[in-house]
Amino acid sequence: MSTKDAMIEFRDVHKYYGDYHALRGITGTIRPGEFFSLLGPSGCGKTTLLRTIAGFEGISSGAVLVDGRDMAGVPANKRPTNMVFQSYAIFPHLSVEQNVGFGLRKDPRPAAEKAKAVDEALEMVGLKGYGKRAAHALSGGQRQRVALARALILKPKVLLLDEPLSALDKKMREQMQMELIKLQRQVGITFILVTHDQEEALVMSDRIAVMFEGEIAQLADPETLYRRPNSRKVADFIGTMNFLPARVTGEAGDTVEVEAAGFGRFGVAASQVMGGKTSEGATVGFRPETLTILFDGSAPSDRETMATIEEVVYFGDMTYYDVRIDGTQTAVRISMRNVFGRPVLDIGARARVGWSPGALVLFR
Amino acid sequence: MKAPALRVYTIAYLVFLYAPIVLLPLFAFNDSKVIAFPLQGFTTSWFQIMWADQNLWNAIKNSAVISTSVAVFSTLLGLFAARASTRFKFPAKGAALGLIMLPLVLPEMIVAMSMLVVLLALGVPLSIFTIILGHVLLCTPFAVAILTSAFQSLDQSLEEAALDLGETPLSTFWLIILPLVMPGIISSLLICFTISLDEFIMAYFLGGNEPVLSTYIFGQFRFPQRVPAIMALGTILVCLSITLLAIAEYFRRRGIAKAGGKDTGGFL
Repeated sequence: MSTKDAMIEFRDVHKYYGDYHALRGITGTIRPGEFFSLLGPSGCGKTTLLRTIAGFEGISSGAVLVDGRDMAGVPANKRPTNMVFQSYAIFPHLSVEQNVGFGLRKDPRPAAEKAKAVDEALEMVGLKGYGKRAAHALSGGQRQRVALARALILKPKVLLLDEPLSALDKKMREQMQMELIKLQRQVGITFILVTHDQEEALVMSDRIAVMFEGEIAQLADPETLYRRPNSRKVADFIGTMNFLPARVTGEAGDTVEVEAAGFGRFGVAASQVMGGKTSEGATVGFRPETLTILFDGSAPSDRETMATIEEVVYFGDMTYYDVRIDGTQTAVRISMRNVFGRPVLDIGARARVGWSPGALVLFR
Repeated sequence: MKAPALRVYTIAYLVFLYAPIVLLPLFAFNDSKVIAFPLQGFTTSWFQIMWADQNLWNAIKNSAVISTSVAVFSTLLGLFAARASTRFKFPAKGAALGLIMLPLVLPEMIVAMSMLVVLLALGVPLSIFTIILGHVLLCTPFAVAILTSAFQSLDQSLEEAALDLGETPLSTFWLIILPLVMPGIISSLLICFTISLDEFIMAYFLGGNEPVLSTYIFGQFRFPQRVPAIMALGTILVCLSITLLAIAEYFRRRGIAKAGGKDTGGFL
């Protein structure tokens, strides 16, 4: 890949803290103008990786390139990146406008122009007229916006966001997610978001790198991650996925022949097959919404099987059923939309379950 | 408080603690050379006598030089130690900090005597300078304690944010760290000043012939007729100490509130 297509490039990046191997050979590129997320459980190295871009963390080997330039030996204050910190790091002894204008201190423009830039930045994040307020008197959401304005006013090539929404309540968080997406489209700057919240990553990102134990497990767009996770671990981390044991019985052209208890024999397209070539210990995975409970009068599915309802969780717009498909040992989860006129089934009820081989993923 | 016995105990304890200090101004304004009840009448002549004493002014001048120097040096050393202890990891950090804090619990008499022996062995003449050395040793642990608390309430990402916004480590220290720990610095200066001002043992052992306030007062007690004037001086010193400590505590608390932290102890 030429450097034109890469705003950030990681080349086999390793990082050790003493004996602890925090980053284990990270390779990958982040494209210009992209909303990119580093997603993973705590301790997977996602924040460390972000901090190697900012220059707060050195690397033990490999290279980090920003806009085609190797960042080795370039200190944080000389890098074309700016960061929004998890704690927001608003300078408590300065006013809102002093905070936002902090990075312009060495800017040669006259003071009036700089003041105008600060006003524009504040307007962009929805804090017009807040300039004179004391920073320590702001709410969490307002601090967040000040931190954004302070970073974006310098027009960085890359904006780094370290779990910026984790301290907000749910409603505020969802609102800020939408605002961040809009803001990113408006300014066109590459955003890199670190988050442990898979839903947040799916909602906001153009592409996501899922990280486990210092390695990138999968790097793909949200839909690919959701529909075709490349391992059980990724599938488990992103949303809910049901797993049932299966056996590979043969391969015919682009199709892998599979036999799974409760589903019988069927073929899975090669594009839906993840992992190596072994036929031992295969698993089929499917999302709760890809199975359907067939109520009387609903459209017939291409395949059907019988199941017993073991648990019912009512969510208002949705109902989650834990059902045990005949011939299987473990219950699987099915989510059904509560459209008008559709009954909610009781525990113990028998149900017809419709499924489609096209919605399954086979892990080998 | 429901138990009356506890209430009586608390009151008795406070009286025992503070009654002598209350007596100080009482006798300072009492028109009698004898420190005894009943009081004889109101006078300010003891303050006038005190004011006219050339030796006292000499001692005050020495004390001012010593206490100011000690406050500055101890706070400077405390600044380095507090920064190192809150920001960096290095080998034997615990041991190093333990040794810095040790003079808090060492018997001062022993420290003063061993310093005297070493200074004499090295041929260093006893002077104001040697008193300053001793006092810095005593005051630095206080400075470290106060400043560590100031640095601890400082979010480390503030520093990173300033770097990220284009500042150098030096300008970051100047623009962000220093203003935020400034209340702690002022508090440390005032407390070190106060401690040095009324310290006696070091001043007595290491001062040679240079009188300071504490050794001057001690010397005056040999002459009974001078005692009421000492009471007047004591009254002024108590007021001064309380004022300085109150200001120090005010700055310490303001500093913690400014940095958005929670109050975790202190001296008042």
